Amino acid sequence: MLAVVGTVPEPSLPVLEGKATMEGDAIVIDGKRLRVGRGTTALLAAAIQVAILLDQPLPHAYLAGDIGTGEGSLKLYAYLTEKLGQGNFRTIAFHYILPDVDWHNRVLLALDAMEPRPLLIADAGWMYVAKMSGQAPSYDLFTPDAGELAFLADEKAPHPFYTRGFLLKEENRVPELIERAYRNEDASRCMLVKGTRDFVATKQGIFATINGPTVEAMEAIGGTGDTLSGMAAALVASGRDLLDAAQIAARANRVAGVLTRATPATQIHEIIGNLPRALEQVLGLSR
Amino acid sequence: MVIEYPLMSQLEILRILREAKLEPLETVPVDSPLLSPVGLFHVKELGGYIMVRAANMKLTVEKATGMIVNVSGGGCPDVPYLAQELVGKTLKDAPQPLDLGHTLCGYALQLAYEEAMRLCSQ
Repeated sequence: MLAVVGTVPEPSLPVLEGKATMEGDAIVIDGKRLRVGRGTTALLAAAIQVAILLDQPLPHAYLAGDIGTGEGSLKLYAYLTEKLGQGNFRTIAFHYILPDVDWHNRVLLALDAMEPRPLLIADAGWMYVAKMSGQAPSYDLFTPDAGELAFLADEKAPHPFYTRGFLLKEENRVPELIERAYRNEDASRCMLVKGTRDFVATKQGIFATINGPTVEAMEAIGGTGDTLSGMAAALVASGRDLLDAAQIAARANRVAGVLTRATPATQIHEIIGNLPRALEQVLGLSR
Repeated sequence: MVIEYPLMSQLEILRILREAKLEPLETVPVDSPLLSPVGLFHVKELGGYIMVRAANMKLTVEKATGMIVNVSGGGCPDVPYLAQELVGKTLKDAPQPLDLGHTLCGYALQLAYEEAMRLCSQ
């Protein structure tokens, strides 16, 4: 089963745990409705769509409200150290959170005590804090974009905001930055770098490049990285090999963009509706 | 005077200082004082839209109207909140990320916002 961890932009929401379902354009957990927007709800929505399509258990969510003050993030970290070990998860996807190295390391200790240890996927703030704490190799999959990859490749940067300019200069340096991130041990076991071209890589080098179909507008649409991570996480949880799951998710995300006829003004919920059809096409399934 | 604060909350701290009419001479990460905030912007034309990237944050604006149509990238919890508050409003009418954000991602979005303002006013 898949667990999804992250914050949502509702300041009054306490820590919320439970099976995540979808009703219309909302995620429902323990009777609480959360409208799907960019961020953790988009990741969850994509994971739910994959689970339903592949007849897998619905994801289990651990969420907290936070609009950047860090209050919800700290409550969530504390909750996870107590409760995460009680779950029986094959895969855990970590997402939006205020980076806090000390709390991150406490959660990692709780994860290390789990038997068997779940596969760990990190994106967004959780990926940042994994790198900041020097624990990136403890993770199985990171899903950075070009700017975040430059941060992973910069051994000095404490946050993407402080990534040094020479690493950010050109977008076509992805293979070099991947190699640099692995050399510095600031990369996960496998990486899915999202962008105009998506790269699936390991320490051994680039494993696959996904070029098409090309929908240039996807990069501008907030949440397309979240749906990519959500699909990859759900595919891994269903038993797919990590490298295989990353490639399928990258292709399906692109196909969903085509099916949506995405423009730079498209909103993520429009794309999420097309994810099942896109995944069916990529996997060659027929209903 | 030197003030040490959690790096992640830089935007919020700067806002508090500004409200107290205290403008820092310099802000630097304690572990790497030579690092400076991102100063490079990637600008991409997408038909009638312009996408500005500052570090890990991207802001997309419709050129004809100045409408913010999307906010992408980032990983701190204020990003989905800022996106919620900015998307659908024009650059002129939208609240500045500086006023609502708390984190370094919010700060990067502020820089992208200022660059988009500059480009759209040309």
